[in-house]
Amino acid sequence: MFIEILTPDKKIFEGEAELVQVPGSNGSFEILNNHAPIISTLGEGKIKVVSEGKKEDSFQIKSGVIEVLKNKIIVLIET
Amino acid sequence: MASLKEIRTRITSVNSTKQITSAMKMVSAAKLRKAQDAIVRMRPYAIKLHEILGNLSNATDSALDNPYAVQREAKNILIVAITSNKGLCGAFNANVIKKAQSIAAEKYSDLLAKGKVSFLTLGKKSYDGLKGKGLNLIQGNNAIFDKLTFERTTPLAEELMNDFTTGKFDTIILVYNEFKNAAVQILTEEQFLPVQINTGKSKIVNDYIFEPTKDYIMKELIPKSLKIQFYKALLDSNAAEHGARMTAMHKATDNATELIKELRLHYNKARQASITNEILEIVSGAEALKG
Repeated sequence: MFIEILTPDKKIFEGEAELVQVPGSNGSFEILNNHAPIISTLGEGKIKVVSEGKKEDSFQIKSGVIEVLKNKIIVLIET
Repeated sequence: MASLKEIRTRITSVNSTKQITSAMKMVSAAKLRKAQDAIVRMRPYAIKLHEILGNLSNATDSALDNPYAVQREAKNILIVAITSNKGLCGAFNANVIKKAQSIAAEKYSDLLAKGKVSFLTLGKKSYDGLKGKGLNLIQGNNAIFDKLTFERTTPLAEELMNDFTTGKFDTIILVYNEFKNAAVQILTEEQFLPVQINTGKSKIVNDYIFEPTKDYIMKELIPKSLKIQFYKALLDSNAAEHGARMTAMHKATDNATELIKELRLHYNKARQASITNEILEIVSGAEALKG
């Protein structure tokens, strides 16, 4: 699945990922391939992106919103 | 006809003005490119946020009871005039100042008479243009244009949003130059608050799961979209300023080149006249000696 992480100033991440963990407003949750469409707000915490080859990236955020649709994830964040 | 020396000094002075204006043009061109990049970088975020809001308003009507969407009777108006800190950019600043005043005078004339219309000036030029007219002026943070980032503009947007929810102002209007391209700026008047939510339902309906609830997401997203709207206005104005300055300086350089050409012609004519005069004197002197 494809993930894009955007801030108002720039795009900070873009690429294929196998697992994405985000700090939802009601608690942290994970997204794997073929996740159902979801829109959720995010609270303060860390976004973890695991790409192919177990490469991990993490981003500290203050707030944000995530949209998952047909294996395309878009995360809008404020840092 | 002016003396040779006078013309020469004028040519030198026009020439140095030309050098300054052409340098300013180059600087503006470079800054314009940077400002344009910032707009391009912000766009995906803004578009996506708008899409998500659109998806949400398909599914809920809660947008209307948001604290930022309350329609109150307009008793206190705030007009935010966004200009630049520096001049020499044609009618860029004058347009905003004129527009801000005309909005107040035409739409809210009775409130203006009662002193219920306030102006928030962003950029030194709008403050300079509006002061001394007996208007309620609030001077904004002019340093914001030194480095435009979302983080730096957010506190200001929050302040405006706060002024609205506490009832200090019932309507907030932004007046700024929208950037179209380097040569064209569109003078824009935009209602900032109360927020106008596009209730036009989109056709594509996706069965989303909403976490935690639709209403909660709406409540979170509306302030975000307001901050983005404010940030966009500032970015647009900034890019438009450099575009306007570039055009103005380009014209000034052209004019200087024209002026120099004219002065050169005058100079050469004057020089030729004085040479002819000298020859005449010599010849007539020689004639006199012969006689």
